[in-house]
Amino acid sequence: MLEIRGLHAAVQGVEILRGVDLTVRRGEVHAVMGPNGSGKSTLAGVLAGHPSYTVTGGTATFEGRDLLGMAAEERAREGVFLAFQYPIEIRGITNAYFLRSALNAIRKHRGLEELDPIDFIALLEQKAKVVELDESLMNRPVNDGFSGGEKKRNEILQMAVLEPKLAILDETDSGLDIDALRVVSSAVNKLRRPDNAMLVVTHYQRLLNYVTPDFVHVLADGRIVKSGGKELALELEARGYDWLRAEPAD
Amino acid sequence: MTRASLALATDHYVSAHRAFARNGTAASPEWLRELRAEGIGLFAEGGFPSSDLEEWRFTSVEPIAATAFTLAREPRGGTRPTGGDVAGLLLAGADRPRLVFVNGRFDPTLSRADGLPDGVVACSLAGALTRAPESVREHLGASRVQSRSAFAALNTAFLRDGAFVRVRSGVVLEEPLQILHLSVPGIEPLVSHPRTLVVVDRLARVAVLEVFAAAGDGVYWTNAVTELVVGEGARADIYRVQRDSEMAYHVASTHVRQGRDSEASLHSAAFGASLARHDISAVLEGEGARCLLNGLYLGRGGQHVDHHTLIDHAQPHCESREHFNGMLDGEAHGVFNGRIVVREGAQRTDSRQTNNNLLLSERARADSQPQLEIHADDVKCTHGAAVGPLDERALFYLRSRGIGDQEARAMLTYGFGADILSRMGVPRLREQLDGMLRQRVLGRVESRPAA
Repeated sequence: MLEIRGLHAAVQGVEILRGVDLTVRRGEVHAVMGPNGSGKSTLAGVLAGHPSYTVTGGTATFEGRDLLGMAAEERAREGVFLAFQYPIEIRGITNAYFLRSALNAIRKHRGLEELDPIDFIALLEQKAKVVELDESLMNRPVNDGFSGGEKKRNEILQMAVLEPKLAILDETDSGLDIDALRVVSSAVNKLRRPDNAMLVVTHYQRLLNYVTPDFVHVLADGRIVKSGGKELALELEARGYDWLRAEPAD
Repeated sequence: MTRASLALATDHYVSAHRAFARNGTAASPEWLRELRAEGIGLFAEGGFPSSDLEEWRFTSVEPIAATAFTLAREPRGGTRPTGGDVAGLLLAGADRPRLVFVNGRFDPTLSRADGLPDGVVACSLAGALTRAPESVREHLGASRVQSRSAFAALNTAFLRDGAFVRVRSGVVLEEPLQILHLSVPGIEPLVSHPRTLVVVDRLARVAVLEVFAAAGDGVYWTNAVTELVVGEGARADIYRVQRDSEMAYHVASTHVRQGRDSEASLHSAAFGASLARHDISAVLEGEGARCLLNGLYLGRGGQHVDHHTLIDHAQPHCESREHFNGMLDGEAHGVFNGRIVVREGAQRTDSRQTNNNLLLSERARADSQPQLEIHADDVKCTHGAAVGPLDERALFYLRSRGIGDQEARAMLTYGFGADILSRMGVPRLREQLDGMLRQRVLGRVESRPAA
């Protein structure tokens, strides 16, 4: 589904990713871990098409198509979704209106009929239950005045409504207390299907106690320095990241 | 303009006032003649304000001073507005009570004041001044608004008509009473000086909608003053929609005085005029008063729109909230000055102010000046101001959900204005303003080639 080869990316002239290789297949959950500044969020941002990052080398294809050549909205319409580490507050636009516009843009791209407000509300109510998000938040401006946990749950709600093929979760666990973490991970698990895939970017292992990955990759200094199964996450939890940096990557 | 030509411009109104005082208004009670004389005296002394003055730093009144405006009369014959002209401007509903003024003068045939509860007086100020001048005397000009601005002084000098609303103790009028100021431009440039007085007695409640609009295009000048007195425990919600012709000049002062435990809100939407200046002041004269100023201003083409606000915390335990958003396109220029004064002893004041300006073109401009003067130590005052284009982070957020670049821009632009409208309490009015906002934003997007 996703093939990343030798990906290099820079932000404001500083190279952050220095040759990332990664393959994600349908039905798989991959965790990308790493110390602060290793390039985890850059990788997530580059895949979603964030304009702050410049790709300086390498390729990324999504379902055989050149992902890096697509505008951010095209990637979303093709089925890529990024759950933001810091969701943006948008005043004056209700959560429901925002989500309906997004869903209809995607449906239109897929040749489906747009949903009218009534059908959409029914869908939204059903999805809101999955993330245990209060329905009153649907008519509030996007993320405006939401608590940290509500913002993260709102990201997962969007994922539930838009049903992406590839979901990238950028530090979705950061800033969550244990109860909120449980709700978020249970929702993520419910959205796991044999025909979609997830890339879970996280600093800590605790999210992976709830969302069990098929593969764990360690990103350090802009490169994947180690890959393994879920037991690698536990090892990182016990030993930290320093032992990996000491080993030469190649 | 030179000092000499500014002085000439001032003289034009001083002599016009002489004629005004001789014709028709000579029969007024003495106190009213004195009030007008004070007005013209103050105006003559200061003249048109020059840009050297701090209060007028970003706004030049030259286009107004350079035009010799004639005092407006009621239009005659074919140019008289009809019920059909008026219906679309009654933003809270054509079936609701309204006072209609044409070129500053009350039009009884277009007005409808039935259906108001007992204890509510809503009539023309001219009528009240003739029939019951004493009911008006106590409050008219009592805010001293005339000494705050040359334009309010000029309005006072030519004070003759406008709306008078009085709500007696404990009486509630929740649906807004509409006051429509309609200008019909003439062959020569006309000026009108509508004066509105709203008095809300103890524990009473009122909502008022003021709309300023034009029937036809042309150069005219509206120089309005509204005084609002909110008694102890009373509540007033004022909605104000300025959609004057984009060739017109609009200058206005709104002055609010609030008693103990009273609540006042002023919601303003300014769309029109080539040059618009609105001075708003709220004086919290009693403990526990609460005040909300909530405004949206839109500029395009060469429009210049200036808001100067003052919230005066004169007593302890008062709360004020102020939110003004400006949306500026083309070569428009927005000015916001928000002054908050906390007087000595006004402890436990809680005040928040925000002013955000969205620049939709490279040549649009906004000046934002918060001004806090705090003379008490136990207070909570915050302010924030921003000027800039659409937030790139928000734009990416929308696009990352599949929303196209153009649609995302339109949504964010709309949301910037809708944020202000969402605080307005009258659903019918809110929908009308929402429609006007959408039209502005979407009209703009459609007229542009794809990015």
